[in-house]
Amino acid sequence: MKSANHVIARTLCAALLLALAGAAQAQADLTSGTIFSKGYGFEEKDGEALYKGICQGCHMPDAKGATGAGTYPALAANPRLAAKQYPLVLVVNGSRAMPGFGHSLSAEQIAAVVNYVRTHFGNAYTDVVTPAEVKVLLPTKPETGE
Amino acid sequence: MSSTKAPTVMSRRELLTLIGSVAGSAVSYRAMAGMGLVSESTYKGPIKLEGNPRGASVLILGAGIAGMVAAMELRNAGYKVQVLEYNNRAGGRNWSLRGGDSYTELGGFTQKCEFDPGLYLNPGPWRIPYHHHGILDYCRRLGVALEPFVQVNYNAFVHSTEAFGGKPQRYREIQADYHGQIAELLAKATNQKKLDALVSKEDQEMLLASLKSWGALDKDYKYAPGEASSNRRGFQKAPSGGLSARPVYSTDITGMSELLKSQLWASISAGHNYEMQTTLFQPVGGMGRIGEAFGRELASVIQYNAKVVKIRQDSKKVAVTYVDAKSGGEPRTASADYCLCTIPLSVLSQIDINVGAKMQAAINAVPYMSAVKVGLQFKRRFWEQDEHIYGGISYTNLPIRTIGYPNTGYHSGGKGVLLGAYVFGPNAFEFTALPPAERVKKAYEYGAMIHPQYKQEFENGIAVGWHRVPWTLGCAGGWTDETRAQHYDNLCQLDNRILLAGEHASYIPAWQEGAVTSSIDAITRLHQHVVNR
Repeated sequence: MKSANHVIARTLCAALLLALAGAAQAQADLTSGTIFSKGYGFEEKDGEALYKGICQGCHMPDAKGATGAGTYPALAANPRLAAKQYPLVLVVNGSRAMPGFGHSLSAEQIAAVVNYVRTHFGNAYTDVVTPAEVKVLLPTKPETGE
Repeated sequence: MSSTKAPTVMSRRELLTLIGSVAGSAVSYRAMAGMGLVSESTYKGPIKLEGNPRGASVLILGAGIAGMVAAMELRNAGYKVQVLEYNNRAGGRNWSLRGGDSYTELGGFTQKCEFDPGLYLNPGPWRIPYHHHGILDYCRRLGVALEPFVQVNYNAFVHSTEAFGGKPQRYREIQADYHGQIAELLAKATNQKKLDALVSKEDQEMLLASLKSWGALDKDYKYAPGEASSNRRGFQKAPSGGLSARPVYSTDITGMSELLKSQLWASISAGHNYEMQTTLFQPVGGMGRIGEAFGRELASVIQYNAKVVKIRQDSKKVAVTYVDAKSGGEPRTASADYCLCTIPLSVLSQIDINVGAKMQAAINAVPYMSAVKVGLQFKRRFWEQDEHIYGGISYTNLPIRTIGYPNTGYHSGGKGVLLGAYVFGPNAFEFTALPPAERVKKAYEYGAMIHPQYKQEFENGIAVGWHRVPWTLGCAGGWTDETRAQHYDNLCQLDNRILLAGEHASYIPAWQEGAVTSSIDAITRLHQHVVNR
């Protein structure tokens, strides 16, 4: 059945590549400044843009999370953010339903968004994550697209 | 390939090995399927669960396709079945949003669907390939009428903001010009003896003939303005009748360099994929008709608005604790001899369940992917009236990626709903992160760059970002080869009295056929266990 997996992986991959084929596109948004990234990686740079472009889809604009059949945890006033390694590892590797972003965000972006969350939404941690600290956690193998 | 040997006659096995090594096992598998050596689907017609379950009971969690297949078949086989469902409707991701529907996503954002009667958006699955025998057979058995789903429309658009000045191109012209010029190039190389080391003399003749046929080349093996190319890419003036009958061949062939740089060649291959090859189907009236039909069939055994909070098994039974999904309130318990759980892993990984460490690790190992769909209603079907696009799909490099045209109701005078965006990857996260009305606005703005009629004809829209869907927290399980190798079998094993099923327990993630075949596989094993105990 491995081959069938590849069929799907390739199909998804082909669809994705197809979708991303245009070398460049979508100039920035016409009215609101919303960023739509061009390729497989995210283009948002600073912490706020990254949070608003990615994280708030699940963790919500106020970072209070949400609950349905399952829950997206609140990041607002979350004591688990006290140890900076915790959010760092989650963003890189994902956890359970949460996808990892180690392949689609750079060390700089991950540091920026973790620092942003740890200093906003009722969090006020003063120690800072550096891109160098992220780099050692990033996957060494490039995403093959499969 | 760097072989310098002229190919000789190959055995079938050698051919398969070669295909496998060059193109990968997926292609090899398909080549084998083409030779009739492997079957294309594991679905073998209606399941026959023979043997007496002697009053055994099964509690099924989730009234999506996997759960309802199991409920129907196990009930038929003599089991006592009960289904707990989080939503107030049957179907799960088999779902259509229609006028009058209200949808509240996580975060409390509520959208009211304002489509006209008969119009809909399928936020989840929207097409069924002919070889998904399982889901098709349930459509047949449940009386769900099907109609063709158009994947490839030669008159739809392929579009890039970076090519042709941003002007949408017809699929037909891009494909014809691309194939034609590839064929011409290969024919030229053949005639200049540049392929002598790769293709035998005898085969070269056939190769030339095939290139002529495949690429619509003229007698000189050129892809040039004339009858052959116009029969593929269309005419400047199409043949007709009477005094104005004479055709004028098209002359505006796009040169190879511009074509390659345009990247639009990447947008003409979707329909070649196994899952998207003709014929595809859609249920008449929306994909949700399948879930609704199952729901009617199983009305007496499905309990809606039941949010599962705890799953406990012991040596005698499985007990599932649930609360009212809307009001919470006092926990209630349902129990049975066995439990078939189809709850998406995104949710199940948060539920207190006592399974073995391996199954728990598997439950926790699968992230859920992002996807977004936006439906847009317009005052008239301008894509048919102005552009002669009847069904099918346009592809673009804009963040909306896709415009899907309704594959039904052609020439109906009234309004129409387009799939105005179907997005994966980073843009899907970015769409999801916007408020729903803003997603609709973006789909409108970007779509208007392909169909300027949007500006006059747009009425309303609805947008579903799958990471905000309360009962799935994502569109489908995202497996990798590594996580499959480590966890897949552990996910699918019977764990004492608990068994999982769903698209996440299949090798065709995100397809309904994965849910069907996963469910049938699971209940077959469960039944064997029960009758042999």
